[in-house]
Amino acid sequence: MKRLSSIDDFISLRDRLITDRDPRTPTIIIPAGTCGQASGANDLIRIAKRQLLAKGLTEKIQLRITGCHGFCEMEPSILIEPNGTFYPKVGMEEMVRIVDAVAEGKVLEDLLFIDPLTGKPIEKQNDIPFFNKQVRTVLARNEKVDPIRMYNYIESGGYSAMVKVLSNGKPEWVVEEIKKSGLRGRGGAGFPTGLKWQFLAAQQNGQGKFLVCNADEGDPGAYMDRSVLEGNPHSIIEGMIIGAYATGATEGVVYVRNEYPLAIKHLIIALRQARDFGLLGKDILGTGLSFDINLVKGAGAFVCGEETALIRSIEGKMGEPRQRPPYPVQKGIEGKPTAINNVETWANISAIIEIGAEEFTRVGAKNNSGTKIFSLVGKIKHTGLVEVPMGITIKEIIDDIGGGPVGEARIKAVQTGGPSGGCIPASMFDLSIDYDSLAKAGSIMGSGGMIVMDENTCMVDVAKYFMNFLKDESCGKCFTCRKGTQRMYEILEDISNGKGTLADLDLLEELALVVKDTTMCGLGQTASNPVLSTLKYFREEYIEHIENKRCPAGVCKELITYSINENCTGCLACLAVCPEEAITGKKKELHVIDPAKCIKCGACKSICKYDAVDVK
Amino acid sequence: MINLSINGLKVSVEEGTTLLEAAKFLGFPIPTLCYMEGLSPYGACRLCVVEIGEGPKAKLVSSCTYLAEEGMKVRTASARVVRARKMTLELLLASCPQSKVIQDLAAAHDIRQQRFRQEYEDCILCGLCVRMCKEQMMSGAIGFRGRGENRSIGTPFDITSDVCRQCGGCIYVCPACSLRCTYTEPEKAICGGCANLSPPCLEKEEFDDMMCYMDPCVACEIKKK
Repeated sequence: MKRLSSIDDFISLRDRLITDRDPRTPTIIIPAGTCGQASGANDLIRIAKRQLLAKGLTEKIQLRITGCHGFCEMEPSILIEPNGTFYPKVGMEEMVRIVDAVAEGKVLEDLLFIDPLTGKPIEKQNDIPFFNKQVRTVLARNEKVDPIRMYNYIESGGYSAMVKVLSNGKPEWVVEEIKKSGLRGRGGAGFPTGLKWQFLAAQQNGQGKFLVCNADEGDPGAYMDRSVLEGNPHSIIEGMIIGAYATGATEGVVYVRNEYPLAIKHLIIALRQARDFGLLGKDILGTGLSFDINLVKGAGAFVCGEETALIRSIEGKMGEPRQRPPYPVQKGIEGKPTAINNVETWANISAIIEIGAEEFTRVGAKNNSGTKIFSLVGKIKHTGLVEVPMGITIKEIIDDIGGGPVGEARIKAVQTGGPSGGCIPASMFDLSIDYDSLAKAGSIMGSGGMIVMDENTCMVDVAKYFMNFLKDESCGKCFTCRKGTQRMYEILEDISNGKGTLADLDLLEELALVVKDTTMCGLGQTASNPVLSTLKYFREEYIEHIENKRCPAGVCKELITYSINENCTGCLACLAVCPEEAITGKKKELHVIDPAKCIKCGACKSICKYDAVDVK
Repeated sequence: MINLSINGLKVSVEEGTTLLEAAKFLGFPIPTLCYMEGLSPYGACRLCVVEIGEGPKAKLVSSCTYLAEEGMKVRTASARVVRARKMTLELLLASCPQSKVIQDLAAAHDIRQQRFRQEYEDCILCGLCVRMCKEQMMSGAIGFRGRGENRSIGTPFDITSDVCRQCGGCIYVCPACSLRCTYTEPEKAICGGCANLSPPCLEKEEFDDMMCYMDPCVACEIKKK
């Protein structure tokens, strides 16, 4: 590998790569991010390689191992280029058939994705409703790139934005372009990225400046940053080099949590490649720009996603936030000016430079340009990562992309923004998804978690779950955050155990408001959102727990009883699974549950074929 | 100089002055717990919150850590501030009712009851002792560990620290353990010096650089007798 010493070197390399490639060569693409590997992508890769070798197809068919494409429900899946044929949930035997079919240029009808609405198979990925409603600026690139092959990234147009900036842009032009694009920080708060860069560029202390990529993604159920890092680490590096050029930063840090081993692995490989090629380090491509990126692994504290805590963590200190101002852009790592952007923000930078700010603003809503990746999880048919233009309604995401509820229970609410976010009820599903409307509804955009809940979800239990998370993950510095989350959890636990009173409810609300008001960092200021939003939209559920000692969703164990109704055929199945021997009955006779012995584990309900177990 | 107004009163202060210092200069009382002159401000107890900004942008900040800015309008006792302070005190009282300092503060703010489940914790993790040890005693023997509800203060691995000179500075500044040091729960004390009659200061000869902040020190009084 030769170090590229000028922009011309790079362009000739890129041109050579592009001319060497025949776009008509059929390519089998296997997504093997953490999610793909967990569902068996590694087996498929092994089989595909063996088949290609055994049948002598290595010249005719290409194999590309990529990061996650987003359709997690259908993993392990296969995508065939250039046709765009999509095979969901591929088994090991089917993989052999797929290789043969690709060699013959055929499509296997029986393995295609079946549209749940029409019952008809859909061949192409882009025709599947899950994909065709999305606008995939960032995620689509995951399909094109093998994350450990830099040539892949370059030939699919990677580092071109960087070259464009280095060869004819001025730093001010780049900042101006990012400002014009209206890109807002994808980490949650939505601060305009261009403005942040402008502040950093204006800092002149001659001591050096830092750029940080915040990949400390800690929200339960959210994993978009992981997928981008795993699937396309070079896009982050490219974004940061552009950022360094625009702001005059000299050092970069990627702060990634240690729980993402594959992301770390791919990032280390990508950084090494970029350094070897001369895209990082001193005198990048002979332009005089010097910038290098280090990797810092976080130890898994949720609060370290907060920027001042993150800075302390990078410095090797305990991760706890400090007072802002001074903002990191004035005083950051080691007291030097620092700009911190989220993974997704960095991934958007090269796209903006490439297509131009004006083109970028065409997608999205007013003051909320571009796309946002959400991880759509919970009680929904098609879980996965969805990238949608801002301003799309929740309804469109849930019904069109997500395919609606899983079972018969209706969808009741959606929780956005992780533990700091709130629940939005089904009656408000026409709400446009952008930073401002979500905040108005009492939730936040957050980093992009979207948890769908149906009627079998108890909102008190949801609030309790998040409060349990927060009381462990609060750094503990602010007394009101540390003790406030503990006390809120205590009250919620009382309510879900049937010991709550209406006075408790008032106290809970009062406390939640004070915690929101008096804490120092974003974690504490949003910690009350799960409580406040469920209280606002689902107060009657709380009251039902308190006054009638009843959990309408059948979740809170202390408030529900299991009983057997007339549907029971006396099959003895539930007797066999009951761990407490609480069920009595004879064959072909109605069974009875002894409430004193029942531990409400739900084993009988899940084994019963006749819907004979009631939960009330 | 920076010009700002506190409760409508104009004041100019030097750059780098905190809101707490500026308010004190004007004589506005702001209750504090984790603040002490001579130690770096930390902002942990949230008692000293004041309201800044206007309209929808108004927010509460801890006055001990927030630096005065030009043209700022500060309210030290608005309804929002008082409500927050009262709830904070109620939480403090629910966790650490035996502290005289907290009792006095609660009484001064007209807190007649606390509505949470009563706990009897000692430490409120204000961090005064940690800062005292590090910044004034130049020792750094104790520090914070853990996070969330598992956060605590102690020495590394809970063994006697080599750098601890057993000066008692940590005990002296503690707003919660002042009672503890006067005999209520001697078995729970950090050093137990004043209660178990084998106080570290009685072995003074072992510690050449020992400094004591206890005044009057129970142990020394006993020794005199």
